Amino acid sequence: MDTIFLIGGSAGSLKVLLEVLPELSANLTFPIIIILHRKGYVDSQLVNLLNAKTSLNVIEPDDKEPLSPGNIYLAPPDYHLLLEQDKTISLDFSEKFNFSRPSIDITFSSAVKIFKENTFALILSGANADGVEGLKAVKANNGTTLAQNPITAEVNYMPLQAITQSKIDFVLNPSEIAAFINKLNVS
Amino acid sequence: MIEPDLIRDEELEKLLIEIAELYGYDFTQYSKASIKRRVNRICVIDKFTSFAELRYQLIKQPSYLQRFIEEITVNVTEMFRDPSFYKALRDDVFPQLGTYPIIRIWLAGCSTGEEVYSLAIIAKETNLIQKTLFYATDINPSVLEKARDGIFPLSQMKLYSENYINSGGLKNFSDYYTANYDFARFNDDLKQKMIFSTHNLVSDRSFNEFQLIICRNVLIYFDKDLQAKVFKLFDDSLEHLGFLGLGSKETLRFSQLDKHYHQISTEKIWRKQKEDKRLIKSNHF
Ligand SMILES: C[S@@+](CC[C@H](N)C(=O)[O-])C[C@H]1O[C@@H](n2cnc3c(N)ncnc32)[C@H](O)[C@@H]1O
Repeated sequence: MDTIFLIGGSAGSLKVLLEVLPELSANLTFPIIIILHRKGYVDSQLVNLLNAKTSLNVIEPDDKEPLSPGNIYLAPPDYHLLLEQDKTISLDFSEKFNFSRPSIDITFSSAVKIFKENTFALILSGANADGVEGLKAVKANNGTTLAQNPITAEVNYMPLQAITQSKIDFVLNPSEIAAFINKLNVS
Repeated sequence: MIEPDLIRDEELEKLLIEIAELYGYDFTQYSKASIKRRVNRICVIDKFTSFAELRYQLIKQPSYLQRFIEEITVNVTEMFRDPSFYKALRDDVFPQLGTYPIIRIWLAGCSTGEEVYSLAIIAKETNLIQKTLFYATDINPSVLEKARDGIFPLSQMKLYSENYINSGGLKNFSDYYTANYDFARFNDDLKQKMIFSTHNLVSDRSFNEFQLIICRNVLIYFDKDLQAKVFKLFDDSLEHLGFLGLGSKETLRFSQLDKHYHQISTEKIWRKQKEDKRLIKSNHF
C-alpha cells in the first residue's frame, strides 16, 4: 500500500461525493482520505450517509488508527488529520489553519511527506481557498494534483483558486472522478 | 508545512533530546507530525527567524522553557467537555463506584481544572462526594495553580451550563459558583476532596490504586510507544473492575491492553476485567 488518494472539499462537495462513492471499485488497493469542511452535520450523521453509498468502509478515525487499503477515512470535525511515518493517523487539535479545522492544506501537506510521488490530491467545490497550499506541497513532492471542473462546481471558488494558484494535473467532471480513482488500482 | 517550514526532522529530534538532557522534560516521544506543527508555530509567534534562534533561546534561557512547554502541551479544556461522556459517567460509572468505601479518582493531564470540578459536581449530585478523593495531576505547575483556585471566566458559564444540562445535570448550574466581576468562583465544598500535584506521564510512576482514571485529550499528543507505556502505567494504577476514561478520539483498541478491558458504552470508557479472567489468559504464556 504505497498510494494515497486525498479529497478536500467544502460547500457543494457533498453532492459530488454522493455521486462518486457508489461508483468506486469494491476492492480498492489503497486508502482514501476525505477532508470536508462540514457545517451542521452532527458527528456520526455524515459518516453514516457516506457509508450508505458505498460497499467500502467509511470510517471516522480515532487517533493512531492505521490506514488500510480500501477504507475511506473521513476527518472528524474539529481535528486536523495528519499522517505519521508508520502510516497511522494522528489527530491534532491545534489551532485552525486559514479558518479551517480540519484543514485540507494540513492533511495534504502531511500526507505527501509520507506518500511522496504516490500522493493524489483532489479539490472539489467550495467557497474558500483551503487546499491551495496543500496542492503546492503535493506538486513540490511530485505528487498528482486534481481539481473538479469549476463549471460543474456548485461553488467554483475553491477549484478555481486551485487551478489558478497551483499547478493542476487533471481537471475532472464529477462523472469522471470514480473512473480515475478505480484506474489507480494495482492488480 | 504551510506555515514557513523552519524545522527539519533531525534538528527537531536533536533539540528535543537536548531539552530532555538539560531540563528533564522528555518530549521525544510526542507524536511527530503534531509536535513539529507546535514548534513551527512557536517560531512564528515568537518571531524566530530560524530554528537555531529558538534553540539558542531554549538552551540559554531556562525561563523560556515554561513558555515552550505550554505551547507544546496545549492546555485547552472545558467543563463537561463532550457532555455524553459525562452522562455515561453519571449513569453507568458513578453508581458502580458507590459500592466502594472510598473512591479514588485520578485525573491525569487535568490542565486548569475544569474537568475535576465537573466530576466533583457529578459526585455531589450522586451523593458520593463525601467518600471520594480526586487526584488531579498535570505536567505543568502553572495550570495546577489555576485548577486549585477554581476560578474560571464568567464568559464561559453559558457554554458550561449547556454542557452540564446535556450531561444530565438537574440542578441550577449557577448554584455551584459565585460570580465576581468577570469570573466565576466555584464553591469550596467542591474543592475539599481535591488533591493537586505535578505528575509527568512520561517519567513519573504510579502513586496509588484507583477505581477510576480519566485521561482525556493528552494521549493524542503522544506517539504509539509512549501511549503504550502510559496505558501500562494506568493499568498498574487501576484496581480490578476499575474504569478508564479517554478523550473522544482516543482508544484502547490499538493497544495490547485491549484484551483485558471491556468498553462499557459507545463512549470512550473501558472497564478492567476481573483478575481471574486475566490469570487464565496469562497462564497461556
Ligand atoms: C488538551 S489538555 C487536556 C485537558 C483535559 N484533560 C481535557 O480533556 O479537557 C492536555 C493537558 O495535558 C498535559 N500534559 C501534556 N503532556 C503531559 C505529560 N507528559 N504528563 C502530564 N500531563 C501532560 C498538558 O499540560 C495539558 O494540561
